[in-house]
Amino acid sequence: MPRTEALSSTFEQVVLPHLDAAYNLARWLVRDPALAEDIAQDAMLRALQHFGGFRGDGAGADGGARAWLLRIVRNAAYDAARARGRVREVPLDPAGEDDAPGFDVPDPAPGPEAMTALRQDIARLDDAIAALPIELRECLILCEIEGLSYKEIARVTDAPIGTVMSRLWRARQALLRTQAAEAGR
Amino acid sequence: MSDPRCEEMRLRLQADLDGELSPAEAAPLAAHLAACDDCRETAAQLGALSARIRAEATRHAAPAALRARIAQAAAATAAPTLAPAPPPPSGWRRVLGGPRERRRLGAGFGVGFALAASLALAIILPGAGDLPGEVVASHIRALQPGHLMDVASSDRHTVKPWFDGRLDFAPPVKDFAAQGFPLLGGRLDYLDGRAVAALSYGRDKHVIDLYVWPQDKPAPAWSGTIKGYNVERWAQDGMVFWAVSDVEDEQLRRFVAMWRAGA
Repeated sequence: MPRTEALSSTFEQVVLPHLDAAYNLARWLVRDPALAEDIAQDAMLRALQHFGGFRGDGAGADGGARAWLLRIVRNAAYDAARARGRVREVPLDPAGEDDAPGFDVPDPAPGPEAMTALRQDIARLDDAIAALPIELRECLILCEIEGLSYKEIARVTDAPIGTVMSRLWRARQALLRTQAAEAGR
Repeated sequence: MSDPRCEEMRLRLQADLDGELSPAEAAPLAAHLAACDDCRETAAQLGALSARIRAEATRHAAPAALRARIAQAAAATAAPTLAPAPPPPSGWRRVLGGPRERRRLGAGFGVGFALAASLALAIILPGAGDLPGEVVASHIRALQPGHLMDVASSDRHTVKPWFDGRLDFAPPVKDFAAQGFPLLGGRLDYLDGRAVAALSYGRDKHVIDLYVWPQDKPAPAWSGTIKGYNVERWAQDGMVFWAVSDVEDEQLRRFVAMWRAGA
């Protein structure tokens, strides 16, 4: 269903407004700010290149542009991770020890003792989310932060809707368990 | 939640929370919730968790330098105003190289220009009292798509009245299309702690921004180069003028000379 106004819709109007979402997803997927910036840039340039093929007929007020772009971001992130041979889909340590050497990580992970103290901090929510396995984390971020529908998340993550729902459920249960552990500490 | 009904209801409950529940599914869920304390508790927990994530989880905003690079790449691919001869989009990634390489690329028009602009933006976001830096940063910001002009017109009789009521002074507006410096349009900008007029002129593929505002004590003429941008300042008729561009300084001086001579 090509829209008649498609000719006058530009990349700047349709895709560029979602740059923050693109960068945010990249950050949540890879955590390393420099790598996330590379991924977001790569994805935006891919999107620019393929913008002619974007039909703008998806669901949502933006014609599906956000989901379309985020799918590209996710693919770019997975490509980058594969290229580096550091696909750690299930990070064992939420403190971010998967940062490759040589990267400048401005917010280094606190030591174990500091972590214990910090876990009581409400702001540690970020860590709890970051500790989720990537396939749960991406569903949660896309749903809660980016506000995508189940259908859009399914498209972005290349998974059936039922799988998306079960991943969201598992992500939330894991976070609730972390919260309960924090509260009981 | 030992009741098998609860197992069945939990994804439905979550879908309700996420605004994905169909009306046909809503009624059985409501009935179950009315009867099941555990599921009501679960619903409350999920709702609170969702609210907490939405309120507290970090939303990482794209760095300004990244935004500037993407905007430049998009503008050069699509916008004839700024780049009449866009390279094919596939060229962009080739020129940009691997993402890591981009930081080493030097200046020049095209991608190099975009990169220089974006890098400069990161470096010279105005420090207090650094008016030349502020002017250049404003110029670089303006080069991003959609920022260059509030009123896009090559007709000075359109541009000049546009400023009426938007500024507390009437900026002079001149057009030098015949001399190869066509007026592209105007916009409001904010410099030196006040609203100022900004006029954009084209010169081949380049853009010259001219900032104008009244000044009681006429500043002496000044010129310099900041982060690869040539800057000229002069005073005329009780106003101060700042011209900024990446054109050759000889071209910019010509532009300034025409302005000062009137037209």
